[in-house]
Amino acid sequence: MSTLLEVSGVTVSFDGFRAINNLSFQIADAELRAVIGPNGAGKTTFMDIVTGKTRPDEGHILWGDKSISLIGMSEAKIAQAGIGRKFQKPTVFEEQTVQENLMMALRKDRAPLAVLFFKPSKTDFACVEELADQIGLADAFLRVSGELSHGQKQWLEIGMLLAQEPQLLLVDEPAAGMTPAEREKTTAILVDAAKTRAVVVVEHDMEFVRRLNCKVTVLHEGAVLAEGSLDHVTKNQDVIDVYLGR
Amino acid sequence: MNRSFIARNPSVLIFLAILALFTLGVTVLSEGFGIGLISTSFVKVLGKTLCLCLIAIAMDLIWGYTGILSLGHFAFFGLGGYMLGMWLMYERTRQIVVNSLSDGVLPPTPEEVTTGIGNQIFGVVGSSDFPLIWTFADSLVLQLAFVVLVPGILALVFGWLAFRSRVTGVYLSILTQAMTLGLSLYLFQNASGLRGNNGLSGLQNLPGITAPQSVVSLWFFWASALVLGLGYLLVAWIVSGKFGSVIRGIRDNEARVRFLGYSVETYKLAVFTLTACISGIAGALYYPQAGIINPAEVAPIASIYLAVWVAIGGRGRLYGAVIGTAFVSLVSSWFTGGQAPDVPLGFYTVKWVDWWLVLLGLCFVLVTLYAPNGIGGLIDLLKRKRKETDA
Amino acid sequence: MKTLLLALCFALPFGHFAIAQTTPVQDVLQSQRALIEKSSRRTIGPAIDALVASGLPQMQTVLEIWQAKEMWQRKADGLFFVATKNADGTYTLRNFESGADVGTAASTDLRQLKPNSGVRAMIATALVQFQLSDPDPAKRADALNSISRDPQAALMAPLRASVQGETDPNILSRKIRLERLMTMAYDTSVPNRVAAIIEMSGDLGVDFRATLNPILSTTRVLAQTQPDANIAQEVIAGSDALTRKAAYALLVAAGDAPAEITADARDAALQANIEGGRIAGFPVAQLSTEAARDRAYDALVSGDLARPRVTQADIDASLANFRFFDVYTEPSQTVTTAAEDALAASETRVAISQAADLGLDALSLASIYFLAAIGLAITFGVMGVINMAHGEFIMMGAYTGYVVQLFVPNHTASILIAVPLAFAVTFAAGVALERLVVRWLYHRPLETLLATFGVSIALQQLAKNIFGTQARPLTSPAWLDGAWTINDVVSISYIRIAIFILALLFLALFLFIMKRTRLGLETRAVTQNPKMAASMGINPDRVNMLTFGLGSGIAGIAGVAIGLFAKVTSEMGSDYIVQSFMTVVVGGVGNIWGTLAGAAMIGGFQKGVEFLNPSNTLAAQTYMIIFIIIFIQFRPRGIIALKGRAAGD
Repeated sequence: MSTLLEVSGVTVSFDGFRAINNLSFQIADAELRAVIGPNGAGKTTFMDIVTGKTRPDEGHILWGDKSISLIGMSEAKIAQAGIGRKFQKPTVFEEQTVQENLMMALRKDRAPLAVLFFKPSKTDFACVEELADQIGLADAFLRVSGELSHGQKQWLEIGMLLAQEPQLLLVDEPAAGMTPAEREKTTAILVDAAKTRAVVVVEHDMEFVRRLNCKVTVLHEGAVLAEGSLDHVTKNQDVIDVYLGR
Repeated sequence: MNRSFIARNPSVLIFLAILALFTLGVTVLSEGFGIGLISTSFVKVLGKTLCLCLIAIAMDLIWGYTGILSLGHFAFFGLGGYMLGMWLMYERTRQIVVNSLSDGVLPPTPEEVTTGIGNQIFGVVGSSDFPLIWTFADSLVLQLAFVVLVPGILALVFGWLAFRSRVTGVYLSILTQAMTLGLSLYLFQNASGLRGNNGLSGLQNLPGITAPQSVVSLWFFWASALVLGLGYLLVAWIVSGKFGSVIRGIRDNEARVRFLGYSVETYKLAVFTLTACISGIAGALYYPQAGIINPAEVAPIASIYLAVWVAIGGRGRLYGAVIGTAFVSLVSSWFTGGQAPDVPLGFYTVKWVDWWLVLLGLCFVLVTLYAPNGIGGLIDLLKRKRKETDA
Repeated sequence: MKTLLLALCFALPFGHFAIAQTTPVQDVLQSQRALIEKSSRRTIGPAIDALVASGLPQMQTVLEIWQAKEMWQRKADGLFFVATKNADGTYTLRNFESGADVGTAASTDLRQLKPNSGVRAMIATALVQFQLSDPDPAKRADALNSISRDPQAALMAPLRASVQGETDPNILSRKIRLERLMTMAYDTSVPNRVAAIIEMSGDLGVDFRATLNPILSTTRVLAQTQPDANIAQEVIAGSDALTRKAAYALLVAAGDAPAEITADARDAALQANIEGGRIAGFPVAQLSTEAARDRAYDALVSGDLARPRVTQADIDASLANFRFFDVYTEPSQTVTTAAEDALAASETRVAISQAADLGLDALSLASIYFLAAIGLAITFGVMGVINMAHGEFIMMGAYTGYVVQLFVPNHTASILIAVPLAFAVTFAAGVALERLVVRWLYHRPLETLLATFGVSIALQQLAKNIFGTQARPLTSPAWLDGAWTINDVVSISYIRIAIFILALLFLALFLFIMKRTRLGLETRAVTQNPKMAASMGINPDRVNMLTFGLGSGIAGIAGVAIGLFAKVTSEMGSDYIVQSFMTVVVGGVGNIWGTLAGAAMIGGFQKGVEFLNPSNTLAAQTYMIIFIIIFIQFRPRGIIALKGRAAGD
């Protein structure tokens, strides 16, 4: 398996506070990875850096087979390069229907003129419907997404990410506020998605991480504390110290 | 594409039908071509209102759909007016000067004509030389192009600077207001080359046209109605498709759109520039009907009124913007024109000339607080009610 | 006995000549009688000199009376008196020494001395030396003022003479300074003049530069060879200082060259020679271009019907014969050289002082912006509420001051009342606005902007309805009039100093409230996390209300301050609102030091532009706005920016 994303030696500080401290991280094609860590460990900032929202003070971020540097690229360019991001809170366009939401996310030319003259073809409609089916929203296809339940919005957002056909999915706390049944479904969607692309899940909930059954990276104070299987890291003394206090 | 778009948006057809009927009605009732029930000055008022509706549509596109509360679109409106006004004033003055010079013994030379025009136009600001910006004032085609290009380029440069540095929300509003203030202060100077606070005048006279104002006013009225119809169609088409989806997405959640891979700044810039061009066209049609344009027209307050109209009409719906603008601007001119009856309270007489703005201000507060979707929101509510009773 | 006799004599209608005569003053006057009677500017000089030379202390009074046309001469004996008209048409005569009544006379027996303006000026000059030594310091100062207003060579000697006996140190230093200046201009000895100039070289005073400038005045002369005079420089025709056109005009004016044929002259000649619709063979209708008219004129010239045109070659030839010189009016080169050096030294120092003055101007403008913006720094900067009616709160404060002055005429007292009252009024207005409008719109900034804009429209029109459209005065106390003058270039009015101090006070107040009081702590807590603050027992409603009221109240006080130097109108708020928001945004939202820096930068920039282009303050504002838009490119979050996640998106 080749390396898809390589983060090396990245440091970010805000007003003297080091949110990310010499962080190095790698992920391969079609890999599912969970990132855990206590509050303030730098999980969200890590995502901000990869997606171009925050520019690191030092370090390299290399992407894909051609090892393109992501530093300095705009968010939109990075997204077009194949990195999808899901926010902690479900963010869908609440005044638009599920269909419109998915159609907007569909992998197409994003230039304004192309979008202006865009007319969805039959395959586009089919593709969107299939996605809705995949995330369990086929019944709500023409509903305004603001009317959906919390869990449904989360799925819709994941569906939008899938519509983008990214090579790497960054998912921030997908299971927060979900019922057990919903969690199970979310797990299934993510595991399924990870078959064809890399998926990084940031999560607090150990139970959920256990279900993902994948390699785990523990962040602490902006750096990697431990990496390995969940059982491996939970036995690590440093991790126990960090989570339970000294 | 268009057929399906119209089919999906029946309101566009309804609007166009009403506009056509209205135009026909005004024509039949006018002095120029009809039975004379509507005076020429009122035809001008109606024509101007149509132009205001056009800029309101632009405002709705940038604010209601894209979520950028621009307090600068009247600056573009004014610039459009100035651009056409320059040609109107130049050409009319040229004809007057040529006429008066041809009474002399020697036939006038081009230099004498130019100096004469310069004296006529710039005498009020103590000059007779043509400023550089008047270089093309003799060409109708170029000045018409400037009607679109000058506001467009200003919007492009300003928007590029503002959006690039991710100025959003109220900060952007204030920045656009500052731009408007800067422009109006600039125009107030005699050195601006646009006659300072005298502005351009006599614009109601079309050079070389001898038809009476009652007829000319109808020409402008028709042109305004036509352009409003086209503008409505264009904007309705833009917002109906995927582009509309994207800009509404920008309005509701800019970051999400960005992480979907859309270059939010480019979209904003495109919409900002397009609406500036539409505003310029609206202004170019408005000021020949008003007869005069001066820097006060460009003052920040005008742009804020535009926001008021659109908000009262209901933003995010094109017909809302049109209804709000037509309603508020006509009612305003009725109240402030002195036609509204005063209200005697015994101890004090409420003169509407004085109190209309107080009432408008308070109404606006109430609309913002209790009816954020304005008049259009009420129509939506009625439609939904009817659907529910149907079902 | 003798007094009785005297009294009797005076009582007679026609005074007894023998008694009321020979006082020392009258003697001197009589000795110059012929000249005084003739009273002509050319001849009066010796007479005035003689009067002055008599050394009599009363002579000053005499000259003043003479100058004021109150001196009369009795025809019968030629004696001079002061005369005042009585109710019955006769005149009462008094002597010059004591003003004692010395009789009455009918107007037919008297002759009024009416010195003409030339003579009066000479009397005034003579008087100056008395005034310069007058016991009353105010009169001495007046005399100095009149000399410096209109210096004359003749006044130099009396001035020098009066320096010796001067006791008042202020007046003494003024006298010495004036003496030096007059020495430069009028002394007959070149070394003396040069010494005076060198002594004062680099002085900043306007009077110094005003004295040097006439010494350095030049006239432009044309000559074929270099003239024998104090030449400042040779001017080359065709340079920036003298265009060839202007040089030729000089030749024409001096009669050394023929004038060019202007377009008007050419056209007049053409019109005078129309024959049967043709001019020199050209049909009139064809003369619709400059070139065609030139050709027709040339044809007239060759027919000897018009004067030949002056061609470029003619001009070149004429100019080649002459050189142009700027020649000093002042003949002594030593003096002009010294003056040039002294003026250059002064100008360097003046430039430095002007920079300092500009700095002070900028500082005071910055204080005004800061004052206008500090209320916003609270409502917008800390609370994040866009209040477009902020400008109208400033206006309300100013009108409160105006109303207080209607009831309390004492300006000091009225300002002292107006400040707290303005705070109370706008605090109440702010609280009402917060309760009725703003609190429903927290976290919907665009809606807040619109709603408060509606309030702003209503308040503005309301003020117009109540107070009318004309500007109302808000007068500052007398002790704030005037200016603190550092030198002739640098000065700052007291009112601007007061505003600067007020701005500092507000800054201190703001810091104190935000950092040291419970309200400040609660405000910061509520703005950062309202839910958490509420769960800790803080009532967010109350805190928001008070904070908004505080910001509005400060705007009210700022209104009083701004009203003191600007006009109070219903539109004054909208003049400040954009600048105020700019100040806060440029400085960095949420940081009072940022607001201060923003005000300083905007004030400084605007004054800087005004300095470069002093005629146009409107342009300065336009440039300032362009500058702000560009500045935001580089620091989108302002000068002092909150960084990181705390800044939010």
